[in-house]
Amino acid sequence: MAPRDPQARAVGRSVPRLEDPPLLTGTARFLDDIELPGVLHCAFLRSPLAHARIEGMDLSEARALPGVHAVFTLEDLMPVLRSGRMPLGASPVGGETRSTPFVLSGREVAYVGEPMALVVAVSRHVAEDAAALVRADLTPLPVVADARRALAPDAPPCRTELENNLLNRFEVGYGDIDAAFAGAAHVLSDDLWQHRGCGHSMEGRGVLAEHRPGGGLCVWTSTQMPNDVFHMLAGMLRIAPDDLRVVTPDVGGGFGPKYCFYPEEAAIPAAALLLRRSLKWVEDRRETFLSSIQERDQFWSMEIAVEADGTVRGLRGRMIHDQGAYAPKPVNLPYNSVTSVTGPYVVPAYHMQVEVVHTNKVPVSSVRGAGYPQAAFTMERMLDLVAVRLGIDRAEVRRRNLIPADRMPYEKKLKARSGATLVYDSGDYPAAQAEVLAAAGWDSFPARQAAALAEGRYIGIGLANAVKGTGRGPFEAGSVRVNQDGSVSVFTGATAMGQGIATALAQICADALGVAPEAVRVTGGDTARSPLGLGGFASRQMVTAGSSVHLAAQAVARKARATASVLLSVPEAELELDGGFVRVRNSNRSIGLDELARVLRGAPGYAFPEGLEPGLAAGIEWRTDALTYANACHVAEVEVVPELGEVTVTRYVALNDSGRIIHPQIVDGQVVGGIVHGLGNALFEYMGYDDAAQPLTTTFQEYLLVTATEVPPLEVIHRETPSPGNPIGAKGVGETGTIPAAAAILSAVENALTPFGIRISQTPLPPETLFGLIEAASRRAPARPAPTEDTPQP
Amino acid sequence: MMHRVEMLVNGTPHAASVEARVSLADFLRHALGLRGTHLGCEHGVCGACTVLVDGVSVRGCLMLAVQADGAIVETVEGLAGPDGRLSPLQEAFSAEHALQCGYCTPGMLMTLEELFRETPTPDEAEVREAISGNLCRCTGYQSIIRAAMRVADDNRRRAGGSDGAA
Repeated sequence: MAPRDPQARAVGRSVPRLEDPPLLTGTARFLDDIELPGVLHCAFLRSPLAHARIEGMDLSEARALPGVHAVFTLEDLMPVLRSGRMPLGASPVGGETRSTPFVLSGREVAYVGEPMALVVAVSRHVAEDAAALVRADLTPLPVVADARRALAPDAPPCRTELENNLLNRFEVGYGDIDAAFAGAAHVLSDDLWQHRGCGHSMEGRGVLAEHRPGGGLCVWTSTQMPNDVFHMLAGMLRIAPDDLRVVTPDVGGGFGPKYCFYPEEAAIPAAALLLRRSLKWVEDRRETFLSSIQERDQFWSMEIAVEADGTVRGLRGRMIHDQGAYAPKPVNLPYNSVTSVTGPYVVPAYHMQVEVVHTNKVPVSSVRGAGYPQAAFTMERMLDLVAVRLGIDRAEVRRRNLIPADRMPYEKKLKARSGATLVYDSGDYPAAQAEVLAAAGWDSFPARQAAALAEGRYIGIGLANAVKGTGRGPFEAGSVRVNQDGSVSVFTGATAMGQGIATALAQICADALGVAPEAVRVTGGDTARSPLGLGGFASRQMVTAGSSVHLAAQAVARKARATASVLLSVPEAELELDGGFVRVRNSNRSIGLDELARVLRGAPGYAFPEGLEPGLAAGIEWRTDALTYANACHVAEVEVVPELGEVTVTRYVALNDSGRIIHPQIVDGQVVGGIVHGLGNALFEYMGYDDAAQPLTTTFQEYLLVTATEVPPLEVIHRETPSPGNPIGAKGVGETGTIPAAAAILSAVENALTPFGIRISQTPLPPETLFGLIEAASRRAPARPAPTEDTPQP
Repeated sequence: MMHRVEMLVNGTPHAASVEARVSLADFLRHALGLRGTHLGCEHGVCGACTVLVDGVSVRGCLMLAVQADGAIVETVEGLAGPDGRLSPLQEAFSAEHALQCGYCTPGMLMTLEELFRETPTPDEAEVREAISGNLCRCTGYQSIIRAAMRVADDNRRRAGGSDGAA
């Protein structure tokens, strides 16, 4: 037999995804696909006002409607709740604060969409009918709709329990920032407004609380963090932890908003306990707009100090972060933003002052990228400003400031939220930029641009770099078990939401055990299977769960060899795992993993192999506090029609380096999908509110997602710099596509409009805004060149 | 008030009583147990609930079940063969990684199914246009377009390559 490659048989190959067959045939099980006998359906009464005092709610008519089983206010749920207020999620301390939301709001509402009452009925139709019959007596209160005005001395607090709207004020920085600016050849400044809208997974949220015989509760929820939901529910509900289980079914996309523990996830289980019935609630799209977390607004006022050659000396500024009405989690998002601004660049001195403020809008937390896209946009826009004002090529300004490869690992003098210093572990940013520039034809673009301009066409090119800390710890659980039939089960706290994590973990496990990936079944997101786990966020699961599964599978392989050594009386060194067997090298003797599993399960009262532990299984929680840094460099080409403010992205070349690639197709798919999310952020996605904080975009007719006709041909170049920080060498990839995309695209738009001399300082940039910028610039200077005589007319 | 409806779904006759306000998608999912048709927006934009009614794609969330009385309805559950063998389009979706979370996939498949019946060898622009009414948040569409073009190329080859289009 030919010696097999001990390295990778499945890893590194695009094996067929294990997830695909049920998804392609309509037999997958998303939350609303789960049918339980006797289940009742729920709808929420939500606030129609951005800020109001609830004087009272008359529920009598709603309760009297045929088919209605119950209408609950917060007071009604309190017998089964330890607290009516939500605990702080994703936090080491937990506990309620004066800014965590309520399970239901009984006295005051602070955003349009805030849940006030819960209706339980025989169908969703009847539940919605009944919700419409609740007579809520609301007295409108003053509204704070704009984060910039929220700190004014006369600004009304977004909730009357607060003295003002300041949730948190903090500073980050290092170096002698004053000296950096004092000695600068040039100081340039700009104000940036960034708006990132919503997550909008195609499947919304949903909760199914299954009431079990004996009083147990199994809560099915479409979440990115089932273990956190378990821990928080266990703390909130009057139920023994052993009677509670949280399970995540197939999840139709996450993108951040499902990384949150929501009031609905507490209210539905509480009502199920009270009614001793199984209850289902499935968010409709309007509810997504009104109640799922968003990222929305950040306002940045920035100054950059540079040498005459564009070398950065320092960067400083102030950022106001719109937190919305509540803070369901610690304020990690603005912290991410300001600690990642300097990205892949050497910035000797840096200082930011941050104000996290409440407004009467939907609470804010992470959407794919989690603050990093705004940071990249800020840095890249400031570098473009330097390039344009100093007359240096934009790529050259970046090249002069990128961290050189020989300075890796590179310490950033900033702290991660774990307290660990930010250390970039590996990567060659200048080489990455050079590679993508060559592929995109950066150097030849000015000639093409001039030729186009001569025809009256405005084309532009832009670039942006990004770095993303991935693989956030402190750990993820991964356990591996060989079953009696020789199949392999992996259990993990990692949560699937479409990334193909099951396939990737199966590949890693398969290689360690010498089986095919199809022989491995992966179960994530079930707290009865994996009591410990953190879930899906921060591009972390390949690194953390992948490392745990890798180590656990190796431990199982060692155990299989040790057991086979005893049973076959052959030294372990002569044994190898292959094709579901432990084989004796250079011999036809072997023993199946199935048989080893049966031996190690034990037989009642019979002898057990000497020196071995029961069970052909192992569990690992691989620990890390460090992040591993993925990087990207994107080049976008656009064409702009100034008369319409219309932007078409005509070409897009992206380089991505996410360390060792487990499944090339999945990595490519993450990058491409991420870029298109960034394209939406650049040009389309806007969650609008009016001055009374009434939402203006509550359908996909008004809130625009990118469709197939807006997507340019996307070319992705993959570099593979293994991470030195984990046993599989991987880095995360879920967000690297999104982070630099808006910066690259809008740099290209600005470049295309060079004859008008406009400056772009916002995302998104809709046509009417761009048209306004062009018009204003045209009034300042009629720079539009006349078409040449011989321009062929179409 | 309940209304009696009959329809042929994926070749199987069904009869049921239904409230007038129940959408076709809800009827397929909850009355018939065909849960492969997904609801993404319930206002007719995202296309996840796309099914074929008398051979034409419709939004299952915008059509009422009573409007489909007497109709021939096709859903994602009917695409694979009776032996479970995936259709060429389903195969291509898997081969090209044209699905991630898979929630929009049934609508994408049914929309493209309609396209391929009318236009067996579409060009890329026709594919993009066809799925421009289907939202996908995961893939960025590129792999879906690749999957459709793989089927189109196969169809072109099977037709004998006689059209000679480059």
